Amino acid sequence: MAKELTPQEMLRIDLTPPNKDWMDIPTVIKPGIYCYPAKPEKVEIVGMPNPHVWSPLDDDWGLPEDWKETFLEGMRERLNKHRSFKIFMDICVRCGACADKCHFFLGSGDPKNMPVARAELIRSVYRGEFTKAGKILGRLAGGRKITEDVLKEIWYYMFQCTECRRCSLFCPYGIDTAEVTIIGRELINLFGLNINWIQEPVANCYETGNHLGLLPHTFKQNIEFMCMDIEDFVGVTIEPPFNKKGAEILFVTPSGDVFADPGIYTLMGYLLLFEHIGLDYTWSTYASEGGNFGFFTSLDMAQRLNAKIYAEAKRLGVKWILGGECGHMWRVVHQYMNTFNGPPEFLEEPVNPLTGTKFENAKSAKMIHISEFTADLIKHGKLKLNPKRNDHLKVTYHDSCNPSRGMGMFEEPRYIINNVCNNFYEMPENTIREQTFCCGSGAGLNAGENMELRLRGGLPRANAVKYVHERFGVNMLSCVCAIDRAVLPASMEYWVPDVNVCGVSELVGNALIMEGEHDRPTDLRGEEIPGFAKAEGEEEVTEDV
Amino acid sequence: MAARILFPLAVVLAIVAVALIGGSIPFLQPLFSVALLYVTFAIFIFGFMAKVINWARSPVPFRIPTTAGQEYSLPWIKWSKIENPSTTGGVLMRMFFEVFLFRSLFRNMRTDLRSGWLIHSPTKWLWLLALGFHYSFLIIALRHLRLFVHPIPGFVETLDAVDGMFQIGIPPLYLTDITILLAVSGLLIRRLFLPKVRFISLAADYFPLFLILAIVISGLLMRFVFRVDITAVKALATGIASFHPVVPDGIGAIFFVHLALVCTLIAYFPFSKLMHMGGVFMSPTRNLANISRMIYHENPWRQPPKFHSYEEYEDMYREYMKEAGLPLERE
Repeated sequence: MAKELTPQEMLRIDLTPPNKDWMDIPTVIKPGIYCYPAKPEKVEIVGMPNPHVWSPLDDDWGLPEDWKETFLEGMRERLNKHRSFKIFMDICVRCGACADKCHFFLGSGDPKNMPVARAELIRSVYRGEFTKAGKILGRLAGGRKITEDVLKEIWYYMFQCTECRRCSLFCPYGIDTAEVTIIGRELINLFGLNINWIQEPVANCYETGNHLGLLPHTFKQNIEFMCMDIEDFVGVTIEPPFNKKGAEILFVTPSGDVFADPGIYTLMGYLLLFEHIGLDYTWSTYASEGGNFGFFTSLDMAQRLNAKIYAEAKRLGVKWILGGECGHMWRVVHQYMNTFNGPPEFLEEPVNPLTGTKFENAKSAKMIHISEFTADLIKHGKLKLNPKRNDHLKVTYHDSCNPSRGMGMFEEPRYIINNVCNNFYEMPENTIREQTFCCGSGAGLNAGENMELRLRGGLPRANAVKYVHERFGVNMLSCVCAIDRAVLPASMEYWVPDVNVCGVSELVGNALIMEGEHDRPTDLRGEEIPGFAKAEGEEEVTEDV
Repeated sequence: MAARILFPLAVVLAIVAVALIGGSIPFLQPLFSVALLYVTFAIFIFGFMAKVINWARSPVPFRIPTTAGQEYSLPWIKWSKIENPSTTGGVLMRMFFEVFLFRSLFRNMRTDLRSGWLIHSPTKWLWLLALGFHYSFLIIALRHLRLFVHPIPGFVETLDAVDGMFQIGIPPLYLTDITILLAVSGLLIRRLFLPKVRFISLAADYFPLFLILAIVISGLLMRFVFRVDITAVKALATGIASFHPVVPDGIGAIFFVHLALVCTLIAYFPFSKLMHMGGVFMSPTRNLANISRMIYHENPWRQPPKFHSYEEYEDMYREYMKEAGLPLERE
């Protein structure tokens, strides 16, 4: 297990694959890499097939009698539903451009984690079962039949891909391993073989409205606790509205921010920002999840969980929706939500009530990103900011995969950071923006039992952080993703101790000069800010135009 | 050596042998030229169309471009019109760079682990070899039009003149003769000797390389070593192109080898990875604008979602909600 491996031991990685045919290398499912299986009751709640007790280490995975037919029928159905999948099965030339672009390959050296090889696990079944050459020539044509061992291998590696799309950036035909993984996982889910770390949040989200299963009153209480912290650290009283009909804006963020450190500080940032500008908005306990673990299960499940956001916006009668900082949430919101459950004719084209800016890029889906919103506010001078209050931080910024390669939001967060911080350092250019590396635990792989996988997958990102830590003394890794905030602390602790993780909105919250605030010797974490113990520097207000 | 390397090599050699024999027997020559070309060309046309139609029959349910630059958002933020297009013009530009200049491959870099540091460094070899191969092949194919079309089109003459401008040897060696030989060899050497590429390579990856290499070599042999009667070849080619085929006497057997290899390539094309030529145009991560929030994209097989409604939710948690002072639809 990872806990026993030192970083030096973990770094003994051989990136040279063996001189063998990959089909001759048997797959061994290893502890520390795989995640625990879905509990049957969690599968049942959402009405998914074949709920049962099983273990990846058992020989018998409790597959239904006719599983092969189901698998092949499922594959045929998806080939007919997704041009992407069909084309990606046919046109890969195996040039190898993607091979060393995957964080899991770079961190583990497991050659089946080269994106091309991972996709070949399924492509070989496509060739062996769906093409004439593969049916006749078999392995010589790169084809193989679906067997239990093949299914287990597919299962193992579909949960070693975080759908980050870095490989698709480098592919000359845009083959997107995320598409293959999404469909591969859909096929796995035909047999109740999800991992519990995904299935349980899905079931929770379905019933309670959020992944963590926070009941309505708990959700409200948690946020009220944060308001108490704000009262202590800032000295302003905030009474956030919940399920308020007729509010102008519905705010939805991943529930991770409501629950755990350091996401809660990001949420305090949101609260302060909304209070600062007097925004007419509301939280919802029903649509209390921006993230969408359904997206890691099946597109159908993603649609079902996502449906609550528009439904709640309609019920509450808001004008438009504002979304918090989250990675895959924004892949879903940006590229899927409108198609899933839109277009929301009952909403209005988003307009910033303070600046009058029309968010034209969201005029149909009617949902905008908090960073787009905040950047617009700063640009129009609507925020009173004192970036000195972040002077104790040397900040770098991790572009989360989905807002990068599934949306293209690069400048807004940087603009915000540059306005609320004085010390900002970029990581090396091949590791940021569209070329950013995954945190290593996305797409529902942020469990505890697969820590070795997570630390290995986190290596490329951590390595780049280490570079700016050693070179510039960076001590804060900012991001706009709740999974990042949940998992990067473990990765940092292992690979780059002394670097903390925060959301961009936490930095905003630190810098905001609130009306009626008292002396603020500490930041939102309650940690003392050097030089602020006696409330100095307040008069040097920097307002950006 | 593994079967995935030896088998395709053996197939190419077998084609050479069969064509050599067939091409040496006069009464088989029509079969190994006219019939073979007509049949394989038909396979190519219909096979290619069938594949593209087959792809087109699957819808694009979601708008999923891979965004490689700043999105179109706030008016004062500079956006990447090509790398992250939000207009049709932008998409066309992106596709142009992808198809004609291999934009994504140009982005390639290698990552190595050296004393605890992952080093990412740009590498253009694959891009250079790929570009060199594809453009050499294209120019050579266009040059061959001089055999089929009469009079020879101006651009073919120009291409010929430019390609042969160095006037090395008699007949002059074309520039593309050298570049295609280098590029194909380079791609083959990569596959054989780079461990990562070798690991993922299939027979279907070696076969086109061996085949194209054999085509190039047989073509060069025909031009420089076992000279064939070029006027006879031209008579055959124009006859085929005008659907009045005649097979003149005295064409050397090496010509039939060259032709058989080319015919194998065109017949094999629609059923192989070579269809990336058509597929790249239809790849949803490249040919769509990043406007999912701006314009509604319809999924033809969309079903209304079954989800836990607010009413069910309130029924489930009404007491808790009441106690927490949350507003209720029904008391």
